[in-house]
Amino acid sequence: MKTLLTPLTRGEIASLQEGTWVSLSGVVYTARDAAHKRLCELLDGGGLLPFPLEGSAIFYAGPCPTPSAKQGSPVIGPVGPTTSGRMDGYAPRLMREAFHVTIGKGPRSQEVAAAIRRYGCAYLSAIGGAAALTARCVEKVEPVAFEDLGTEAVVALTVRDLPLIVMNV
Amino acid sequence: MREITAVQIADAVARLCVEANTDAGADITTALERALKIETDGMPRRVLEALLENAKIAKEEHIPICQDTGMAVVFAELGQDIHITGGALDDAINDGVRRGTREGYLRSSVVRDPVRRDNTLDNTPAVVHLSLVPGSGLRLIVAPKGFGSENMSAVKMLKPADGLEGLERFVLETVQTAGGNPCPPVIVGVGAGGTFELAALLSKKALLREVGTENPDPFWDEAEKRLLAAINELGIGPGGFGGKTTALAVHINPYATHIAGLPVAVNIGCHVTRHKETTLPPPDAGKRDGDVTL
Repeated sequence: MKTLLTPLTRGEIASLQEGTWVSLSGVVYTARDAAHKRLCELLDGGGLLPFPLEGSAIFYAGPCPTPSAKQGSPVIGPVGPTTSGRMDGYAPRLMREAFHVTIGKGPRSQEVAAAIRRYGCAYLSAIGGAAALTARCVEKVEPVAFEDLGTEAVVALTVRDLPLIVMNV
Repeated sequence: MREITAVQIADAVARLCVEANTDAGADITTALERALKIETDGMPRRVLEALLENAKIAKEEHIPICQDTGMAVVFAELGQDIHITGGALDDAINDGVRRGTREGYLRSSVVRDPVRRDNTLDNTPAVVHLSLVPGSGLRLIVAPKGFGSENMSAVKMLKPADGLEGLERFVLETVQTAGGNPCPPVIVGVGAGGTFELAALLSKKALLREVGTENPDPFWDEAEKRLLAAINELGIGPGGFGGKTTALAVHINPYATHIAGLPVAVNIGCHVTRHKETTLPPPDAGKRDGDVTL
């Protein structure tokens, strides 16, 4: 299986083969509907994004709270991909800003597919609903932005060997 | 008259919220294992193995199966010979959801207003369906519903002339449109008949039926089997990455309807389609808590 470490280069993204598994390590940034709305508002207002976008990975995900005071306590609660299609209205705006990959589940719109090709991005899918398993790939969690959004806040997850499928868009 | 306290109700709901989210039904895991025997290609096999491993981890570690621990849908069947003391039923149910969410480290996924969208941060309110039934017990079914699958559901008012063929076409179209979004293999709940709103409720209730059971009406049982075969021909497959297993079951819940109509609702449930139930006060003998057997 091909291994990837974020931040990714244009060449690494271009070499991804549709329909194959990849194993991703490094930092991924979570962002769902509410965070996307704010990220795009920031860009439209001439502001800076709260994380470095170029070569990064945006994970469409909102984790469960982290269980505390447990023996061998995990660093995060279950976490997995949400439906990517809901971010389709926002994704091209971010792709235009800087190339990166997005991680979610389900199909993308034609507009997103066109933006992915135009800006040298890629779309990867995690296994929907396998959140207890996926959480085992997370080694570290750090808040990044919009903490008031609860599970929809942007957090930086340091992942190791997150299995993903390169999607055909 | 038999009495039950609001605290007992809240306790039960809290426990069921956690159980439903952490312990996948045996009917579901059995169906996933059966699917693994049918799939031959690497991709669907790997996804099914991951889903089974995921359910095992969740059960052993007592953590949610999926990060979308859902909006709590609670069916309360209240015996007409029982009296609730110490508070209102709705408040007791919401207290239970609040506590279950906190104690089980479940995700708070509910916003107060559909457009203004501020998170209530305790996963309340629940969606409560109350029915009054004979007897002196309170049956509580907690069915947390994730929205990856809920968003893929649909209602359509068919014409009587559309008949069974039209119904099946609509179900098939709805599953096809859903694609990989609802985390297949899915459970397909179909409500047929009634009125606009009842069809939707019937389809939700259809998801509570144990996977692997037959429809008591041979006519509908045959339709379920035909639809399941047709859905699994779509090739969407586990996770939406292709394969022979797009649905684990199709459950059709029919009801009388008007001479002018044929309402059909399709409620898609993901590969865990969670639900747990209990009856209060505990029955004197016999019946045990566990998976729903509607």
